Amino acid sequence: MAHPIERTRSRVRLQVNGERYEGELDHRVTLLDLLREHLGLTGAKKGCDHGQCGACTVLVDGRRANSCLLLAVAQDGADVTTVEGLGPAGPNPLQEAFLERDAFQCGYCTPGQLCSATGLLAEAAAAPGSADLSRAGIAEGMSGNLCRCGAYPRIVDAVRDVVAARENAAPGGAVRGGAVRGEAVHGEAVHGEAVHGEAVRGEVGA
Amino acid sequence: MDPEPPARTPALGVPATRREGLLKVTGTARYAAEHALPDRAYAWPVPATVARGQVTAVDTAAALALPGVLAVLTPYDAPRLGPADDPNLRVLQDLAVPHRGWYVALAVAESTEAARAAAAAVRVTYDTDPHDTGLRTDHPDLYTPEIVNGGYPAHRERGDAVAAFAAAEVQVDCAYTVPPLHNHPMEPHAATALWEAGEAGETGDAGDAGAAALTVYDSSQGTGLVRQALAALFRLPEDRVTVVSEHVGGAFGCKGTPRPHVVLAAMAARYTGRPVTLALPRRHLPAVVGHRPPTLHRVRLGARTDGTLTALAHEVTTHTSRIREFVEQAAVPARVMYAAPALLTTHRVVALDVPTPSWMRAPGECPGMYALESAVDELADALGTDPVELRIRNEPDAEPDSGRPFSSRHLVACLREGAALFDWAAHRTPRRDGPLLIGTGVASSTYPVYVAPASARVHARPDGTYLVQTNATDLGTGARTVLGQIAADTLRVPPDRVTVEIGHSALPPGPVAGGSAGTASWGWAVHDACADLVALLERHPRPLPEPGLSVSADTTASAKQRSPYARHAFGAQFAEVQVDTVTGEVRVRRLLGVFAAGRILNPLTARSQFVGGMVMGLGMALTEHSGVDPAFGDFTESDLASYHVPVHADVPDIEVHWLDEHDKHLNPVGGKGIGEIGIVGTAAAIGNAFHHATGRRIRELPLTPDRVLTALE
Amino acid sequence: MKPFAYLRPTGLPEAVAAHGGRPGSRYLGGGTNLVDLMKLGVEAPDTLVDLTGLPLASVEETSDGGLRIGSGVRNATLASHPLVRTRYPVLAQAVLAGASAQLRNVATTGGNLLQRTRCPYFQDVAKPCNKREPGSGCGARDGSHRDHAVLGHSPQCIATHPSDLAVALAVLDASVELHGPDGTRSVPAAAFHRLPGEHPERDTVVEPGEIVTAVLLPPETAGLPCRYRKARDRASYAFALASVAALLDIADGRVRRVALAFGGLAHRPWRASAAEELLRGADPTETAVRQAVEAELAGAQPLRDNAYKVPLARNLACDVLLALARAARS
Repeated sequence: MAHPIERTRSRVRLQVNGERYEGELDHRVTLLDLLREHLGLTGAKKGCDHGQCGACTVLVDGRRANSCLLLAVAQDGADVTTVEGLGPAGPNPLQEAFLERDAFQCGYCTPGQLCSATGLLAEAAAAPGSADLSRAGIAEGMSGNLCRCGAYPRIVDAVRDVVAARENAAPGGAVRGGAVRGEAVHGEAVHGEAVHGEAVRGEVGA
Repeated sequence: MDPEPPARTPALGVPATRREGLLKVTGTARYAAEHALPDRAYAWPVPATVARGQVTAVDTAAALALPGVLAVLTPYDAPRLGPADDPNLRVLQDLAVPHRGWYVALAVAESTEAARAAAAAVRVTYDTDPHDTGLRTDHPDLYTPEIVNGGYPAHRERGDAVAAFAAAEVQVDCAYTVPPLHNHPMEPHAATALWEAGEAGETGDAGDAGAAALTVYDSSQGTGLVRQALAALFRLPEDRVTVVSEHVGGAFGCKGTPRPHVVLAAMAARYTGRPVTLALPRRHLPAVVGHRPPTLHRVRLGARTDGTLTALAHEVTTHTSRIREFVEQAAVPARVMYAAPALLTTHRVVALDVPTPSWMRAPGECPGMYALESAVDELADALGTDPVELRIRNEPDAEPDSGRPFSSRHLVACLREGAALFDWAAHRTPRRDGPLLIGTGVASSTYPVYVAPASARVHARPDGTYLVQTNATDLGTGARTVLGQIAADTLRVPPDRVTVEIGHSALPPGPVAGGSAGTASWGWAVHDACADLVALLERHPRPLPEPGLSVSADTTASAKQRSPYARHAFGAQFAEVQVDTVTGEVRVRRLLGVFAAGRILNPLTARSQFVGGMVMGLGMALTEHSGVDPAFGDFTESDLASYHVPVHADVPDIEVHWLDEHDKHLNPVGGKGIGEIGIVGTAAAIGNAFHHATGRRIRELPLTPDRVLTALE
Repeated sequence: MKPFAYLRPTGLPEAVAAHGGRPGSRYLGGGTNLVDLMKLGVEAPDTLVDLTGLPLASVEETSDGGLRIGSGVRNATLASHPLVRTRYPVLAQAVLAGASAQLRNVATTGGNLLQRTRCPYFQDVAKPCNKREPGSGCGARDGSHRDHAVLGHSPQCIATHPSDLAVALAVLDASVELHGPDGTRSVPAAAFHRLPGEHPERDTVVEPGEIVTAVLLPPETAGLPCRYRKARDRASYAFALASVAALLDIADGRVRRVALAFGGLAHRPWRASAAEELLRGADPTETAVRQAVEAELAGAQPLRDNAYKVPLARNLACDVLLALARAARS
């Protein structure tokens, strides 16, 4: 629990990329500004500062979140991973896939896309029965990350590469995904359903 | 050290991953707001909340009383600036408010949250005048300018198109509307400014600047123009101003000219004596960084029953601000596309109480080709002719308006190749799948070839490596990488022997990254410098002595030569859409483009540029809506929650192909520029597919459910 | 954003006391709406009482076979919970149709219900808005209102409520549990949000200091065929132009139970009771469904620029009800 110092400031402790942070913060400081302005971790980007673009996406206790809308003081005790912490010993397979597939152009949305994809893959691993890692499923799942350069198809390629690599590593693998390339982009979503996740649709009428 | 072995694989025309890629995927690339200079302060601007009027007072007391606030600058007390070509840069200099969102104060504080709070606490009062922000074709103040953006004449006539149209056997006369559109790069404009005292000591007022030096990290498309503007505004010699744009988070035109944020950052840094970062709030962008102005189009096509055009008239109506004329050259592509013996292209503009428009990806070509290519589709429909065939039937032998020969033109090949790849012939009948209506459409793309003078320096080090320097800027285009490939190719060494330095005003000068001219311009200079260096090295024994050998090149003499040819890139785009009759939602199922843009230098980054343009075109067609609020005079959709840029789920796997085009009338590396053509024609292809699917024609963008449902009724 | 005190109590009485019912106090859930509004200057609390330390984050079966969803349950957790997905799938569908994964991971059930309209005039402190500043006027009426209400609006306010979750709760006959200085009470979900009337500043029936503690889903609507569908301006990450939640239970070819609610049309989820009345006990043919839905929407009062919402809502409702009817037959 953050330790109040004055009425409007508290001592906040959290973990960032495995390192402990402790500092006195104005309660108005967002997690995004803590990272960028106080810790010098400028990987997470300020694209809109209002939770509308996803460029500030980081992982908080393993779950992706828009750091611009999180008050740092309210994250006391949390375990935060930023793009700088994804592959501390060099680029990880997802980052390598982004490089190979040219899944970025200006690079500004890229840290957010990487953290979001990392979160997406973790969500899929935690709920394999309902995960949709087809191109359409990834696209829907990543729609909270805008990319004005239009790198979307390459980003999906890169995430699919990681999915395929994991499936090959664990055959009979935990998640459904369909063909790596060339499948129809619009699966069930074409016919107007509001949601992805076959399991949910399947239960309608139960 | 042995002489370098000749490169065994070519460096050009092969995919090469981005040189700064590792920095970008690890989040270590630093953008303009990310330079944590010691003692840095933060600035937050205050936008005017009236559409037209005068500031009568700025009460800063409450703002200044807040903790951490260092200063609040107002038009009453801000330092006086020197001259600027663009009045949008002379911020806080007078009391006039030319549009809502114009900056009327600037708060500077120790933290972003303190600066934001201070800005919110500034109280501004105004005398307001009635404002006029409504563009319409019968506005009494419309006028025809001399020239339009790009330097083209606003009005051109060849023959009597109106009479020819009236006499034509088949006539299409239609009006199209393109709303205002916003660049919205992912990185909002930002700058970090730092002043240093010269030998003489303290920095002083703006008028006493002989000894001071200014360094600015700016998010710009070209540091040269920014340096030039800042030098004039702050009355400094240019060599005392340094501007750095090493990594830029997208621009699409709105960072092509210097913007108010960089002036304010420099002003705040001067005033407080501290480095200052100013990152514009997203909601401010539509008002202060330029926008694609709305365009109202009237296109008349007259044709014979065999489909050959006898008349083409394209009339464009658009707006500009009260303080600077910018006229989107939307009727210009009609001067290039089809063989119509009678041709009229003209532009009218009205100055309104709106922000000054500026470049947005493919200014002119983008909205103009939406209208033209939609009209051509309407003609195809009227004739019962295949839309691909109709375009081929009207292929000109020379540039229609000027009569100049094309340096190369493969539009027909793009159309045919695209039709084959898209399986166009098999999809000529619209179909229904449950509630979905499915149709296909085609449109041509075009973008002119521009080139500008540039300089470059290449240095051969004794260790066999090379350093290439030119003031190019990489906005995500891949320019840094392609320049390295050009150098490696010309030097005949592997690319990993070459280091590329760009994005700094102290480097050999180069033009702004715009007009799809960057690679051609900087690349020309890099090529020349490297070619000259190769020749020089042949005369030098190896190893080279320290410090190595440098050669510079300046393409002013060659790049400025006016070509006798009409030089354009062309393409064809094909779209398949589905229209949900329940909701009116339109989604793109397939999107394919075939382009002929000279030599493709890096297939990996080129594909990304084409796709990126097409995604933006998809947004223009289906999701991006902006309107001027009649009561308040601002763009109602000012943030990313209301101005809908496409999201992942909107975008299918877009297919891009290109034809190898060898055009020797371009530049030494043979490319035509590819950054903008992708957005040209996409909206028409999608709109034409919508028509094919539904039999209805919607003549304004975007095709959102409200318009679609109304059209389907 | 002005400086504020931040408190994170661990118990309900402590939380209520910390809030004190004072006009400058706000409860904080995930913050995805409140922090946004604070940055806009629309909200300017002097005290934030963070509720995420309270034991409100579980989903539990109730003794009567329903489900109790703590108000602190994150949207993502709610949508993926097996009991929600199997017993009340319309709720999971509705939540997944909203926002983005990042926002759903953080936003809470209570926060989702309490989120404010996204009307641009409400969000811009420099423009008139009777909801934000009673008496200042409504900028949307003569301005841009394509996204605004066609049902239940008043001269003071034409805003819509943006929540997808709330629309699903309306057809599930859920109730909302509140705890405040005067104790605990329960309100039907369909009555939780208000119509604007003469007091558009009041979105809900929550009294000062009250905390939304839980949403209760009754056993009666568990396991019944239900569906959510939403229409929007782009394929994802956008608010509803209109949406529909429908629950349709058919026995012997007749409607045994029906609930229909619209989102995006009004200041609150719009329970289509007129349509329901016509469908109850009827054979849900295409004609019957269409007539019932049109009867409901006959009372719509579209504005200059949002008339399209009426056919859109009609189409959505017919589509979802008929799909449920078809599924029941097969």
